[in-house]
Amino acid sequence: MGFPHKPHPRETTVLSQYFGDREAMTLDGWRKRGGYQMLEQALGMEPTAITNIVKDSGLRGRGGAGFPTGVKWSFMKIGDGKPHYLCCNADESEPGTFKDREIMRWTPHALIEGCAIASYAIGAETCYIYIRGEFTDPLVSMEAALKEAYAKGVVGKNAMGSGKTVNVYVHKGAGAYICGEETALMNSIEGRRGNPRIKPPFPAVSGVFGMPTTINNVETLAAVPPILKNGADWYKKFSRPDNPKSTGSKLYSVCGNIQRPGNYEVVMGFPFKEFLYDLCGGPLPGRSFKAVIPGGISVPIQTMDEAEATLMDYEGFVAQGTMLGSGGVIVFDDAQCMVKQIARAARFFAHESCAQCTQCREGTAWVTKIMERIEAGGGTMADLDTLLEISENMTGKTICVLSDSCATPVVSGIKKFRHEFEAHITQKRCPMKSPAAASSVAA
Amino acid sequence: MGHQASPDLNVAGGGAAGTDRAAGQHHGAPHEPVLVGETRRRLDEILERYPNKMAALLPALWLVQDERGWVSEDSMAEVAQALGLTPAYVKGVVTFYTMYHQHPVGKHFIQVCTTSPCNVCGAEDVVSAFLKHTRTGELGVTSDDGRFTVIEVECLGACGFATPVMINEEFLESVTPERVPEILARLK
Repeated sequence: MGFPHKPHPRETTVLSQYFGDREAMTLDGWRKRGGYQMLEQALGMEPTAITNIVKDSGLRGRGGAGFPTGVKWSFMKIGDGKPHYLCCNADESEPGTFKDREIMRWTPHALIEGCAIASYAIGAETCYIYIRGEFTDPLVSMEAALKEAYAKGVVGKNAMGSGKTVNVYVHKGAGAYICGEETALMNSIEGRRGNPRIKPPFPAVSGVFGMPTTINNVETLAAVPPILKNGADWYKKFSRPDNPKSTGSKLYSVCGNIQRPGNYEVVMGFPFKEFLYDLCGGPLPGRSFKAVIPGGISVPIQTMDEAEATLMDYEGFVAQGTMLGSGGVIVFDDAQCMVKQIARAARFFAHESCAQCTQCREGTAWVTKIMERIEAGGGTMADLDTLLEISENMTGKTICVLSDSCATPVVSGIKKFRHEFEAHITQKRCPMKSPAAASSVAA
Repeated sequence: MGHQASPDLNVAGGGAAGTDRAAGQHHGAPHEPVLVGETRRRLDEILERYPNKMAALLPALWLVQDERGWVSEDSMAEVAQALGLTPAYVKGVVTFYTMYHQHPVGKHFIQVCTTSPCNVCGAEDVVSAFLKHTRTGELGVTSDDGRFTVIEVECLGACGFATPVMINEEFLESVTPERVPEILARLK
């Protein structure tokens, strides 16, 4: 399998310290590196004490929504007599994002430990790790690590000899981006079609099997043991002095037209310009950057002016016309056609729509049709108005935000790269089509 | 749109050649039960993990496909029986998820990611190379010898290792058009 790069000196490797270290994949190797000490400690604490530490740390959901994790855990009422559940969202399907797979295939025990601590903190005895079906290596590594963990009594009926039960199971997905949406994920665990549910009720009230449930992303859960070990104050140090709302480190998955794609872990507030040009090596030879989508395909496209002015945290990305999202950094250089790429993004959403909501089912398909027609040279100026009108109708009006996500690249694309759309329309062809404009592959 | 096996999938073609995991298994062949012996034991173990039987549906379907290479209507009926569900319900779930095959596919089911991050890194050239070297020439068509089917898939979650390709459950990274002949050569 592909190996990660050696950490750049400007990275802060909280989660990625052992990426590439084969021994860290084993239970004994993980223990040698301090693993499972925090689980042992946590099982002797009051659940609410653990939740308070996580709340204090400022950890926010790393799957894309950025909701404060400790606050989410506090919605679970300990001692209500109902079975509680933790679902770990390992469905990682947001284009541009490939960080959770690295956590699972290099440090599976880190995730097991995070899941076990979180389960205990929310009063759950059962955790399902929902791993997308395509993730062959993570499925193998997680199942192997769980086998070790059960054999050594780390999890199970008497976790770490505490007398408490913590069961962790893998639930394998079967090919559906929408199952990364938390309510669709729960439906999929229940053995249903992966259709999202209307909220309320929220998962903490009625989740999987109708019981109180918390859903957390892989990266979020993997951050829990280090936070317990080093303390909330340590985690809060990794932030901009003028923005305490974003704390800790984040794994950014960098891909597209850039010298050194891969996962990079930096602290909140890191300058995006230095990230792209220094850590990731800048553009490919003879090319220049044109656009970047920093948080997975569902967040607005940034111009390079916006990107180069960005400080990398939740508020910093919003200030520069986008969102942190999942941290999937997709880089487009001057050889790419933005119209073509937005059309391809629309086609992705059209394929993945669960088809419950009219605006999404019809809107994703319609937007794709118009985009592909413009790309092929058959577009009109009126098409741009139509696209914006459809996008307006797709936003804020559906059961889940897949619909909004399809509209986002269209709206931000027309706003920030309108000249490329107009060139296709007036020239009746793609102005970039030439042998020299063929897609690039990193050297 | 929605979740079906690729809309391009042409099963009137070489699909009947099936896989050697599915020897003798095609639409209309008599059904050999899957959930027996060791497989049944694994299902029983899985059932322990959930508070009801329905939740074991996706895992049960994986048990079927891992053994037979695809999920036939008879298999769906067998799974329904084992879990106290109706065949129609099971079919409704199978048709939602793209990874369950409702027809036999080529022995080597080649899935190339072409979503945006891989798209800008030459994924379409990788698709062309596979279509050429498998001699299928068209997406979703199974080669005459039944060995290959090539389809495009959406994001495989390995964007920094463009272009990722799955061949059945094997996950390959950093595939370029130049590597395609060598990849195909080692597939029997």
